[in-house]
Amino acid sequence: MNGSELIIKVRNLVKKFGDFTANDHLNFDVYKGEIFGFLGANGAGKTTAMKILCGLSKPTSGEASVAGYDVYHEPNKIKNCIGYMSQKFSLYEDLTVKENIRFFAGIYGMERKEIRIKSQQLIDKLGLTEAADKLIADLPLGWRQKLAFSVAIIHSPKIVFLDEPTSGVDPITRRQFWKQIYEAANEGVTIFLTTHYMDEAEYCDRVSIMVDGRIAALDSPKKLKEQFDAETMNDVFIKLARGGKDN
Amino acid sequence: MNNVVVENISKSYQKVKALEHISFSIDGGELFGFIGPDGAGKTSLFRILVSLLVPDEGTATVCGFDVVKDYKNIRKIAGYMPGKFSLYQDLTVEENLSFFATIFGTTIQENYHLIKDIYSQIEPFKDRRAGALSGGMKQKLALSCAMIHKPEILFLDEPTTGVDAVSRKEFWEMLHKLKEAGITIIVSTPYMDEASLCDRVALIQAGSILKIGTPSEIIAGFEKPVFAIRSENTHKLINDLEKSPYCERVYPFGQYLHFIPNNNNLGQAELSASIHESHPEAEVFEVKPDIEDCFINLMKEKS
Repeated sequence: MNGSELIIKVRNLVKKFGDFTANDHLNFDVYKGEIFGFLGANGAGKTTAMKILCGLSKPTSGEASVAGYDVYHEPNKIKNCIGYMSQKFSLYEDLTVKENIRFFAGIYGMERKEIRIKSQQLIDKLGLTEAADKLIADLPLGWRQKLAFSVAIIHSPKIVFLDEPTSGVDPITRRQFWKQIYEAANEGVTIFLTTHYMDEAEYCDRVSIMVDGRIAALDSPKKLKEQFDAETMNDVFIKLARGGKDN
Repeated sequence: MNNVVVENISKSYQKVKALEHISFSIDGGELFGFIGPDGAGKTSLFRILVSLLVPDEGTATVCGFDVVKDYKNIRKIAGYMPGKFSLYQDLTVEENLSFFATIFGTTIQENYHLIKDIYSQIEPFKDRRAGALSGGMKQKLALSCAMIHKPEILFLDEPTTGVDAVSRKEFWEMLHKLKEAGITIIVSTPYMDEASLCDRVALIQAGSILKIGTPSEIIAGFEKPVFAIRSENTHKLINDLEKSPYCERVYPFGQYLHFIPNNNNLGQAELSASIHESHPEAEVFEVKPDIEDCFINLMKEKS
């Protein structure tokens, strides 16, 4: 983590759908350059909270700000300074590498000239010169994954949200992807991610674990393991989440 | 007795080679896992074995029946849980189960004992539409539906993908109970840590089998030392280790980095000394390789 500049601030955040409380008084902070793991069982309320933080949904009550912007009143400003990537949807398979870069950079509101410069830099950096005019569908998974992350941060966002970015990905590609994450965090981009791979929870600076809409634990992996007297983050997760399961 | 025998199976979709000359056999009563990432060919293989897809070349039998010629017999004796949730979302839990029982000419009552352990957990919600179930409950319903006709052999395609660590653990506990009841279980997963829960596994990647064996045989076949290393600044540690003259490979592995030296005789003391020059507080010790180390190594050897 780079310093103490606050990027995400959440206080008493509540989100209800009818009688169901998906997020029940969440409180947490995320700092600049931090790799923050947002974990929880299926249905614990992670996606609901992520949507609020991306400016896509409004809380029922409580406060939340991202990069200094309020989620109630400034959702569009939030959208301008975040990046987003998920395994399910990241790049258009029937567009080429160049077209994808241009499309996403355009969506993020970058100027044409800047897009041209950044595209070239990105293609050089990733060694994709020969593949620049190939369709994404024809690229190996490892390249796609690298490109997807690079595109998600092409507009130099303050924070990037990664929703299960490595689900189903081979172990080598998964590692290359984590090297990219470390690099981005080192350059000051805040990383906010969900994953079902508990070894990846160990790679995070801090981890929160949601159980039934509440944050049941939040600390560095090392301290969580001490606190729950567990060998691995998998054991911590199972101890916490098994208690809360209602199915 | 061999329950599944596959000889030289290949399958292509236009340009893409999904499976290339795959051969293996699985014994009756085994819990056998196909471990590999998306696109490895797991689903194509499962679809061939349950007679939903015809291979381009090669032969395969399940419980003695040929997957192409005897497909009707295979459908009677095999239970199949596809990777994508394929039950009827707008039917209730009970209606789905009753539908599958009827198709196979049986009833829920007749085979209730087979699914009791699993189905009783979702029975309180039997009037709920399948589409409104949580991920863990959907999985239990899909398994119940795959079991209701009393199959001799179960094919479960990525039953735990996208499922949280707790539900995954519960699911594997269910599989072990089914195995004790004598059912042959063939399961696929992208999670390497699930290999240790199988009797034998095949590591599969890009349409080929990298290795087959018990988890401990596969680990024993990894002939290089593995060092676990940790320091405060992971990013810098990776960069420094990549430049180390001893480095063949280094990658994050849970709370440590795993370091594979280019020289099998490299001692811990020597390695520690070189790392401590720039990371005085680093922890360095030798560890037993994991299935995931083996997978990474086999992938690298192949490419």
